[in-house]
This record gives sequence, structure tokens and C-alpha cells, in this order.
Amino acid sequence: MKAIVAVKRVIDFNVKPRVRSDGTGVDLNNVKMSMNPFDEIAVEEAVRLKEKGVVTEIVAVSCGVTQCQETLRTAMAIGADRAILVETDAELQPLAVAKLLKALVDKERPQLVILGRQAIDDDCNQTGQMLAALADLPQATFASKVEVADGKATVTREVDGGLETLSLTLPAIVTTDLRLNEPRYVTLPNIMKAKKKPLETVKPDALGVDVAPRIKTLKVIEPPRRGAGVKVADVATLVTKLKTEAKVI
Amino acid sequence: MTTLVIAEHDNASLKGATLNTVSAAAQVGGDVHVLVAGANAAAVAQAASQVAGVAKVLHADSPALAEQLAENVAAQVLAVASGYSHIFFPATVHGKNVAPRVAAKLDVGQLSDISKVISADTFERPIYAGNAIATVQCTQSQKVATVRTTGFDPAAATGGSAAVESVAAVADSGKSAFVSKEIAKNDRPELTAAKIIVSGGRALGSSEKFNEVLTPLADKLGAALGASRAAVDAGYAPNDWQVGQTGKIVAPQLYVACGISGAIQHLAGMKDSKVIVAINKDEEAPIFSVADYGLVADLFVAVPDLISMI
Repeated sequence: MKAIVAVKRVIDFNVKPRVRSDGTGVDLNNVKMSMNPFDEIAVEEAVRLKEKGVVTEIVAVSCGVTQCQETLRTAMAIGADRAILVETDAELQPLAVAKLLKALVDKERPQLVILGRQAIDDDCNQTGQMLAALADLPQATFASKVEVADGKATVTREVDGGLETLSLTLPAIVTTDLRLNEPRYVTLPNIMKAKKKPLETVKPDALGVDVAPRIKTLKVIEPPRRGAGVKVADVATLVTKLKTEAKVI
Repeated sequence: MTTLVIAEHDNASLKGATLNTVSAAAQVGGDVHVLVAGANAAAVAQAASQVAGVAKVLHADSPALAEQLAENVAAQVLAVASGYSHIFFPATVHGKNVAPRVAAKLDVGQLSDISKVISADTFERPIYAGNAIATVQCTQSQKVATVRTTGFDPAAATGGSAAVESVAAVADSGKSAFVSKEIAKNDRPELTAAKIIVSGGRALGSSEKFNEVLTPLADKLGAALGASRAAVDAGYAPNDWQVGQTGKIVAPQLYVACGISGAIQHLAGMKDSKVIVAINKDEEAPIFSVADYGLVADLFVAVPDLISMI
């Protein structure tokens, strides 16, 4: 069974984003970029399914600038078999990415597509769901457990009040949440092997997709700063301040 | 111009998140309608009809909608979507699950987690875990959005008298099935609606300690209990207590962070709280940068003291 995993190159999650003072966006010059953490979890899950003998081939896909090749090599170092880069410098929004992925799903015919629940840069949380809709496939988002057997995926999801388990017919779309797994460390031998794995590049035009953005960003600013707080010396002072100054208890 | 708000409910009652979403819809201008898609959910439709500012309630009822399966709810929304300029979902797990399916089928981009309505086509939303606020404009004919409930006061639950209209329910897609759920039941206020939240981090050390130390404080303050990702990952608290970028977004009157270091991703979920208290024995912990009142102390000593002194 073939699985596709979609991965995005984003600002590293440890880096504090700095907003450009001209209002045009977050400064990404010379900033460390990494695979979106939820996408790492997606790749790891696909590799575990392969190790269990459920999945036979993992295709990693990324959409964006040439440097996304690095992200794809990381996916292959974790264990993906081959990669496809849909290369473009254009601003890509989730609907466009979902359409690109749908074109690849039509070509590759996977039984499972695993994506991260959201990218930590735009925090949209849309791509997996949009892909599922475009491909008319069932979805299970915020997955904390995935089991595949007999043409079905049984997925436990983290929901607002606790956990919920769904059964989906394959092919299906799954998006990962934090506790689905802990991604393995990539070993040097696997990094070296990944350099030799196939990486194909294709343009959005070739997939017949118009990637023009639908939503315009007018400006990006820092959120209002909280006023500086104080350190209190002891619990008694804290209680007094909460009662008389802040008046919250 | 009319906005359709997709109600958040459990088939028995309307959830508060719907009220905040109705407020957001009211700010867009034009009429506000509410869609209740559920099973045996007449009481929810009734409740929706009483919300101030709602002009009409559409009620679709079928076993296929009982568990809010995305494939079915999205199809239901699409069945009635024509004519609505805006389709708003609360940014709850259900809303986030369904909204993008609707947007993709309508071939429109979606706005996620809007925190402010500037005009009918311009909104603010947080990006980069709330480290930046983007002002975005959507000029498509239908605007699909999820609404960050902490950005809007709830509409009044009474005062409205809308008509409830039955609409045909869609068939089950047949591609997904509900198997089971484990939903916690307790008497605490719901985390996203609570006025006071007591939240614990990995420093609590075990789920026994987490409960032993923090529950009495939450009880004393009538508070909800929250947790950091690290605490949930370690099994000290259930996943639905997680506050943060991918957990609950909260903005209570008072947030008491006990043994929480204050990673960017946690701050994303609580930095809009009115008053933040941090108790941590590490004086360099980033949480102190957002705390109005910071106490550098051992929480195992400070929290019991706090309970006795309140």
C-alpha cells in the first residue's frame, strides 16, 4: 500500500519570530528553517506503518521554493522512499497546496495521505481537510493513534472534550497531532542514504493547477505588548495584590 | 449580505462558542442565521432561536449528523450554503475539522481563527503562534472562516425570537463511521469559558501530584484546570486540558501558571488573559515575561500557602 506524506518547510519551532517593522511580514532572512514539527510526526507515522508491513512505499511531497529539497531529504532520511517537489516561488495558500496534492493523489493513487494538522507559520489547519474534500475522501484530523487493517483506518482523535475514535474506508486522509508519536532521530547513515533516493521536481503548471492566492495579507504587526509585570516577594503579597490591585479574586 | 453561523452543540444544548461566533457575524453586518446540524437536536435549535441577533435558524436532523462527522456536516452546510456571503464556524475542534471541507468544495480560500472583524471583507488573525497579527482581506464571493472565540464577547443567549426552519438532512457519506468516544465529565467550568484557570506544567511530576496540588486551588477559586503540553505528554493531565498553540486558546480574567516554563507555544494559548500569575522556581523562566505577578518559589510550598491565604 502506498502512502503520501506532505511536508512543509517552515521557521524552526525554537526560533522566536521577528516581525518586520515595515509591516510586510515576519523576517525570514538567515533564520533557521526546518520541517514543520507536525509533518515530522506524519513522516514518522508513515515509516512506522511501513515497519509494521502495512505500507510498502512512502512518497514525501513538498510544495515551494527550491530549498524545500532539504526538507524532502530529511523526510527520506527518516524513511520515505522517494520525494516529489512541486517547485514554485509563488505564495502558496492551503487551497492551492490542496489542489497540487490532489493532482499528485490522482497520479500516485495512494491508500493513505498523512499531513501535519497545521503549519506553525500560518497556523491555518486547512490543507488536509481541503485535500480530503477535493478528492472526496474521508478524513481524520488531530490523530493521536492510527491503525490500518482490512481496507480501513481506525483513528483516535484528540477532540475538545477528550478523545474520539473513527473508522475510515481507504483511501483516507489523516492529519497528525502532537501525541501521535515521537519522531526518531535521523542517523548519519540514513542522511547519506537519503541523498541517493529519487527526488523528482515538477511545476504547478504541469499539474494543471492555478496557485494564485485567494486571500491578501494587507499588513503584519506585532501583537500589543503586555505591560511589564512585577515579581512579588511572597505568597501573602501575591494574594494582597490579586485582591486589591488586580481585583480578580 | 447574510452570515450563516454553524452551531457548536452536543445535540442537547448549544455551546457557548456559538454565541461568540454570532457576535463576530453581527460585526460583519447584515443578517445572521444559524445552522443546527445534529440528531434529535430540536432543543439546540430552540436555544439558537433565542440568541440575540439571530434572524433565522436552519435545523437539519439525522442520525448521520449525530457525531458531527466532517464528511456529513460539510455536505449539510453545502446543501444550504447558497446565498450566504459569509459562513462562520467557531474555531473549536469541530469547526476546524469541517470548515476547510466546505471552503474547498466552494473553491474558496478559508480564513482561520479570525480574532477581529475590521470590515465585511477584512479581518485580523494571529500567525506564528500569535507572535504576529496579520490583517487579511478576502474578496471572494463567499467568505468561509473559523472564529477565535476569545476575540468576541458572547451574544446574549436570550432576547432573540427567530423562526426555526427544518431543512432536509443529507445522507451519510458512508466513508467514515463513529466508533467510540471518551469525553471527560466534571463539574468544573469549561476551560474556554472559565473566568479563572489554574494551569500546571511538567514540574508537578506526576498525575497524582498534579491533581493533589492543583485541584484544591482550582476548587478554592472556582476555576477550570489547564495544563502545558509537557504535562499532557507526560500523562499528568488529559489532552483536553492542554492550553497552547494547538490546544485551547483561553483569555480568562485570571490565569495562574504553576510550574510552567512558558514556551512560545504555551504563551500562544494564554497571553491574552487579563491577569497572569506565574509560580516557578526558575527565575529565568520565560513565563515571567508575560506574568503580571511573578512568584519565584517552589510551587509545592507556594500553592498550599496560596490556598490557605486566599
